Amino acid sequence: MVEAVHATPRSLRLRVAMGVLSLLSVGGIVVALASFAYGRQAAREAYDRLLVGAANDIAEAIAVIDGVPVVDLPVSAFDLLALAPDDRISYSVRGPGGVLLTGYDQPVPGSISAAGQGFFDSTFGGERARFVTVPRRFAERDFSGTLLVTVGQTLNARNAMALGLTRDALVVAGLAGLALLGFAFWVIDRAMRPLSDIARDLAGRDPHDLTPMDTAVPAEMAVMVAAMNGFMRRLERQITAMRNLISDTAHQLRTPVAALRVQAELAAEEPDPAKTRQMLDRIAGRSRSLGDLLDQMLSRALVIHRTDSARRVVLDLRDIALEVIERRDHELVAPGREVVLQIGDAPVLVLADELSLSEAAKNLLGNALRHGAGRVQVGAGVEAGQAVLWVRDAGPGPDAQTLARIGQRFERNAASRGQSAGLGLSIARAVADAFGGRLALEPGADGFRAALILPQAEAGT
Amino acid sequence: MRLWHLLVIAMLRVGGAIAQPVDTALPEAVAQFGPADAPALLLRSTTDIAVLEPAITAFVGANPGVAVTYEQWGSNALYDRARAECMAGTGGADALFSSAVDQLVELVNLGCAQPHRSATTSALPAARRWRDELWGVTREPAVIVYNTRLVPPGDVPTSRFDLLDLLRRADQRYAGRVATYDVEASGLGYLFAFVDSLEATTFGALLEGFGRSGAIATCCSAEIIQGVSQGRYLIAYNVLGSYADSAAAPDVARVWPADYTLVLSRGYMIPRAAAHPVAAAALLDFLLSTQGQAILAASGLVAEGGAAQAGAHDTSARPIRIAPALLVARDQQKRAQFIRRWRETFPNGQGG
Repeated sequence: MVEAVHATPRSLRLRVAMGVLSLLSVGGIVVALASFAYGRQAAREAYDRLLVGAANDIAEAIAVIDGVPVVDLPVSAFDLLALAPDDRISYSVRGPGGVLLTGYDQPVPGSISAAGQGFFDSTFGGERARFVTVPRRFAERDFSGTLLVTVGQTLNARNAMALGLTRDALVVAGLAGLALLGFAFWVIDRAMRPLSDIARDLAGRDPHDLTPMDTAVPAEMAVMVAAMNGFMRRLERQITAMRNLISDTAHQLRTPVAALRVQAELAAEEPDPAKTRQMLDRIAGRSRSLGDLLDQMLSRALVIHRTDSARRVVLDLRDIALEVIERRDHELVAPGREVVLQIGDAPVLVLADELSLSEAAKNLLGNALRHGAGRVQVGAGVEAGQAVLWVRDAGPGPDAQTLARIGQRFERNAASRGQSAGLGLSIARAVADAFGGRLALEPGADGFRAALILPQAEAGT
Repeated sequence: MRLWHLLVIAMLRVGGAIAQPVDTALPEAVAQFGPADAPALLLRSTTDIAVLEPAITAFVGANPGVAVTYEQWGSNALYDRARAECMAGTGGADALFSSAVDQLVELVNLGCAQPHRSATTSALPAARRWRDELWGVTREPAVIVYNTRLVPPGDVPTSRFDLLDLLRRADQRYAGRVATYDVEASGLGYLFAFVDSLEATTFGALLEGFGRSGAIATCCSAEIIQGVSQGRYLIAYNVLGSYADSAAAPDVARVWPADYTLVLSRGYMIPRAAAHPVAAAALLDFLLSTQGQAILAASGLVAEGGAAQAGAHDTSARPIRIAPALLVARDQQKRAQFIRRWRETFPNGQGG
């Protein structure tokens, strides 16, 4: 059950909605508390002013007549208090010594009577109420002293105002939240539109169309598009390589296979055993070189495939050179030829695929054995800051024309002759290219050198 | 549904029929409406039983499970009793219905009432309700009444200014023949006079005119109207119009003063400690309903078209607002000053 829930992809929109809603509910509580506190404060100040106004109104209406303070209670004071229409009113006027002159016998706290004025909270008829006391001082010939006018009111209007302010604030916050939610959805929609464009582009593509996609997308998405374009590039290389392999194979095998067949038919009809024997030898030779050709083509396909797909590791080119010699293939290809290893003490590190490098080295060595002359040297070393794996023979090397042509993918003449120098060099060149290096063919005074020059790698990377 | 039986018990009623824990004041009269075995709603009212009888009868007719015990009280005794019960926290009346709305406003202000809210109460204008605890049920004008036989048509006062002119007339025809409530003896008279003093400066001139012409200040609507009917008084000022109607006195006519006419709404209140608040609220809703108002109108308690009757501008009807401002009328010192001023005007005004 839990896994099923996890398996369902969660909508981004739902996540954003949840986020905004939780933000809103937390914010709503904060807004409610803040606006209630603010509303209470505002209501208190507003209605406290009414109380003071009414109390002053009453205080003004006190007169001393024949030495006795008389309150001519003004209706205006009560009309003022009636601005809080549903609140009950308490009032009192006290003379010196706290004697009640008129109004309700509502007790006034001692601190207030001592100070002569101030606000206080109390109850009135079982309900909480807010009171204010203001003084009225007389210094007449026949009466001198301070009268205290106390006016109080229950809290209905204050609470209603505080709640009203809170409600208004919450309504505004709610509306803002809705707007935020809508805006968030809109932004998500806008942001996700390139994705659906890409999906539509991909769905509508021709299967063979591996051209890069339009990268005019937001930066956050460009990473993905770039990765996808890189992936398509690799795919295209692979497909091209495979296509090339097939066409090369077909092309290069057709002629030698046809020649083989013709020679085999001739041999079958040849009555002279001696000639037949000779012909069979030739057929065997041709089959061998056809096998070599096949090996090389497959190894080239392998190399091209691996350079794209195999993980690159740090390798020592000296190990590659050593391994090529230790395999002793050359003793089969060219028995009796002298092959020498020439390496130093320092490691020659590159970042590459071992199998591809071995194939390249093997082909270079094979070429030297087949087409070169004299002693063959295989070596590895660092030259001008670059790692070099090289094979040198004592011969002059190919002529300039061949040299220019050599190393192309497909060298028809070589192939049709059942020889594969071009193919071997093209493997080496492909490997060099794949690992960011190059193939150098250098005829020189002491022989022809074919070198695989690769960027040097740091140890441990 | 003529199940109700009326028991009018005079003031001499022997105590003991109803327990009276707070004080020993007694109702002026008691009537029982509805089935005897149903729980009875105790309604204390200042209105004569006979005036409210049709409305209460209709109410118990429409609500078979409810009975009403109707006690008729004087307004001051009603107020004292209700306030004492409220302060003691003991249950007493389930509903109070009084013409002395200033007293009811004070009871509400002291926290002695409980709220009730319904569609009918919400439909009342703001001037006729306060805190959803006090409602003005009736609509009764304070009018000038005169004797149609003795006052020539040309003399009929249509406003306070006309009345003032009559009082000041050189021929002294109306000297000692104009009556009004004694504000000390009548709570309603005090309320009208107090609101008059707030409404217009005419009041001062009127008081002066009353004083100079030797006008009579006396108690009680019924007595004043009877006096006008018999020709003892020619004109009476600030008489509750509903009494002038229901007293069925011959030769008495009413005038809504054209300058302004005070309109009183009798107050209805449900005490906080009421034993049957639901029934009390039902009675209120009934009285305020279309049917209830029609019955009250037939009893003369809901006057219609004040402005039309006054034949003057629309603002002439001035309802006495049920609002905290009436607390001023209840203030001890204010009342004392007001009555002193009144006494100065009517030095021998102890009417009888």
